Amino acid sequence: MHALAPAADPMLCSGHAACPGCMDALSVRHVLARIGTNAVAVIPPSCMAIIAGPQPYSSLKIPVYQPTLEASAAAASGLRRALDAQGKHDTHVLVLAGDGGTYDIGLQCLSSAAERNENILYVCLDNEGYMNTGAQKSSSTPRYARTSSTPVGKPTRKKNLTAIMAAHGVPYAATASIGFLPDLLRKVDKAKAIRGFRILTLLVPCVDGWGLDDDAGLRAARHAVECGAFPLYEVEDGHRYTLNHTARNRPVADYLAVQKRYRGMSQADIDALQAEVDEGWRWLLRLAQPDEGQVAP
Amino acid sequence: MNQSQTLLLDGNHAVSWAARLARPQVVPVYPITPQTPILELITEFHANGEMDAEILTPESEHSVLAACVPASLAGARVFTATASQGLLLMHEVLHYAAGARAPIVMANVNRTVASPWAFWPDQTDSLAQRDTGWLQYYSESPQESLDSVLQAFRVAEQVGLPAMVNHDAFYVSHSLEPVQVPAQATVDGFLPPYAPAQRLSPELGSSWGNVVSQDMYYRHRQAMDEAMARALAAAQEADLEWARLTGRAWGILERYRCEGARVVLVALGSLCGTTREAIDALRAEGIAAGLLKLRLLRPLPQAALRAALAGVPDVLVLDRDHSPGLGGILHQEIRGALYGLERAPRVHGLLAGVGGVNVPPQRICELVRAAIGRAPAFESTWG
Repeated sequence: MHALAPAADPMLCSGHAACPGCMDALSVRHVLARIGTNAVAVIPPSCMAIIAGPQPYSSLKIPVYQPTLEASAAAASGLRRALDAQGKHDTHVLVLAGDGGTYDIGLQCLSSAAERNENILYVCLDNEGYMNTGAQKSSSTPRYARTSSTPVGKPTRKKNLTAIMAAHGVPYAATASIGFLPDLLRKVDKAKAIRGFRILTLLVPCVDGWGLDDDAGLRAARHAVECGAFPLYEVEDGHRYTLNHTARNRPVADYLAVQKRYRGMSQADIDALQAEVDEGWRWLLRLAQPDEGQVAP
Repeated sequence: MNQSQTLLLDGNHAVSWAARLARPQVVPVYPITPQTPILELITEFHANGEMDAEILTPESEHSVLAACVPASLAGARVFTATASQGLLLMHEVLHYAAGARAPIVMANVNRTVASPWAFWPDQTDSLAQRDTGWLQYYSESPQESLDSVLQAFRVAEQVGLPAMVNHDAFYVSHSLEPVQVPAQATVDGFLPPYAPAQRLSPELGSSWGNVVSQDMYYRHRQAMDEAMARALAAAQEADLEWARLTGRAWGILERYRCEGARVVLVALGSLCGTTREAIDALRAEGIAAGLLKLRLLRPLPQAALRAALAGVPDVLVLDRDHSPGLGGILHQEIRGALYGLERAPRVHGLLAGVGGVNVPPQRICELVRAAIGRAPAFESTWG
C-alpha cells in the first residue's frame, strides 16, 4: 500500500502562486513528496515556473534552475553530468516542464536526451495548451478543443508524446494523473528507482484554460481516464506496454461536458472524437498484449 | 604531461590541448566546420583516458550551451567550442550564461555567417555577440589561442562571467606552428580547481532563474558591468602571471612599432600578423606606421586605447566583419572609445577581408598610403 498523504513537511510550500483549484500544484506537491530532498529541479518558462515563485522566494524546497523554454532536457543533461563529475550520483535531476516546452519547442533536445539515455526524470505537466500565456493551443491540445489560438476548435489530434518517447527505447515512459493518485505515486516511485532516461506525462486539467469549475479539476482528471481520452499506461524499455486502468465505463461526452473548451460541439463532432478515442484504445490494447508489444527494430 | 613540450599544432588542436590542461569537468560540444578538430582531439583525449571529463554530445549548439549553463552553476568547470552558425544558434543562451554569471569558456572559430553559405574567416559571428555579456578574446596564432584559453578560464572564474576565445578560420584554426604546451603542474598552479561558494546543490538549496523585479534586474545588470570592469584588471594580472610562468605575455592590447607613429592600424586576430608585415614595409619606406592589436574586445580596454592613440594623426581600423547599414563593427568601437578625446586621431574605417577575402601586406600598405593623404570618410569604406 502507498500512503496517499504527502510528507508532513511538504516540498511544495503553501503560499505559492498557483490559481485556486490548480491541478499542476497538486500534482507537483505529490511528485516532489515522493522524490525527496536530494534533488535539483529544472523548470522552463511555464505555469510551474510561476508557481515556483519570484526570486528571492521559492515555493520549492529543492534548488531550481530555470532554462530557456526549449532547452529543459539539455539543461538537465548538463546538470546531471556536473553532479556526476562531483560524485553526486544519488542526487536526482528532475524536469518539471509544461506541454509546450515538451511536445513542441522542447521536443528536439528531449529526443536527444532520450537517445543518449541521460539519467534524468522528466515530468511533463500536460495541461494541453500554453496556459501560462493565456490558453493557446499546443501540439498536446486535443481535436475540437477551443483555445485562444483555435477559437473554433483545434482541427488536428493530440500528439502522442508517450509513444514517441517510448519509441526511443528509453527505460521508462508512462502517463499518470492526479485523479488516480495511488497509480501516480507508484509510477513516481518506480521512475525514481530506475537509472537512465525516464519520462512521466501527467494530465493536468487546467481550471482556467479548460473552463472548469474551481472544484472540477479532479473530476476532469478522472473522467479523462475513465473515458479513455487519457489512458494510464507505462512502457518499459520501449516495448513492454502495460495498461494500468482497464475499466472504460464512461462516454467521451461526459468528459467534454465538464469543460467549456468543448462548448458548442455538434453531435457529429462528439461522435468523431469518441471514434478517435476508441481507435486509440484499441491501439493500446494491441500493444499491451504480451506478444505484441511495439518492439522497435 | 609532466614537462612542457613543443608540439607542432594547428590553432584548433592548440585549443584542445588548452582544454585538456584546464581540467574541465563537463564538455558539451557539437561539430561544425572549422571548429570540428577541437571536438575530435578532445574526444580522443577522453577516449585515451587523458581527460577526465563528462563529454556530452547533444543534437545542437543550442543544447550544448543550454547544458553548459547549469553544469557551470552546479560548480563544474565547463568548456565548449563552436563557430559561425553554431554561435548564432547559441545566441539566446549566450545571454542566459552571462546573466547566470556562469564562467564557461568557449572557443569560437571565426567563420562567415550565412546566407550565402561560406566557410571563410570573418569575425561577424562573434562581434554580433558583443552585447551578450561574454568576455571576448581574439587570438592571432595557435600559441596565443592555447595561452588565451587558459587565461580566459582564470579571468572568467575570478569575475564570474563567461569567456569566448576567438580565432580566425583556417588562418589560425588550421595553420600549424610549433606550440609550447606547458606542463600540467604549471597550469594547475595557474588555474586552481573551480569551487564556487554559490552553486546549485541540495545542501545549499539556492535556485537560479526565477522571475525578478525591475529593481533586481537592474541591479543584476549593474553587477555584470562591475564584473566586466574587474575583468580588465584580472586579464592583465592573468597575462602577467602567465608571463612569469611561461615567459609569454600578450597584453590586453599590443602596440607594435607605435613609437612616433603618424598612422596606427587597429585590428583583431589574424589580420594583425599580416599588418605587422605591412608595418615593417611602411617603416622601411619612411612612413611611421604602427599596429595596435586589440586582444580583448569585451571588456573594451577604453582607457588603454585612448592612451595608446592620443596624438596619433591617423588611425586605420581594419574590419574583417560587416554590419549592414553601419559598416565595420570595430570601426564603431574605436570611434566610440576615442570620442571626446583631446588630440583625437582621424579614424578611417576599412572593411578589409570581409568574407575571408585575402588581405596581403602590400594591400595594407596601399590602404595606408591612400588614407594618410585624405580626410577620413565618416562611414567605413570597402578596403
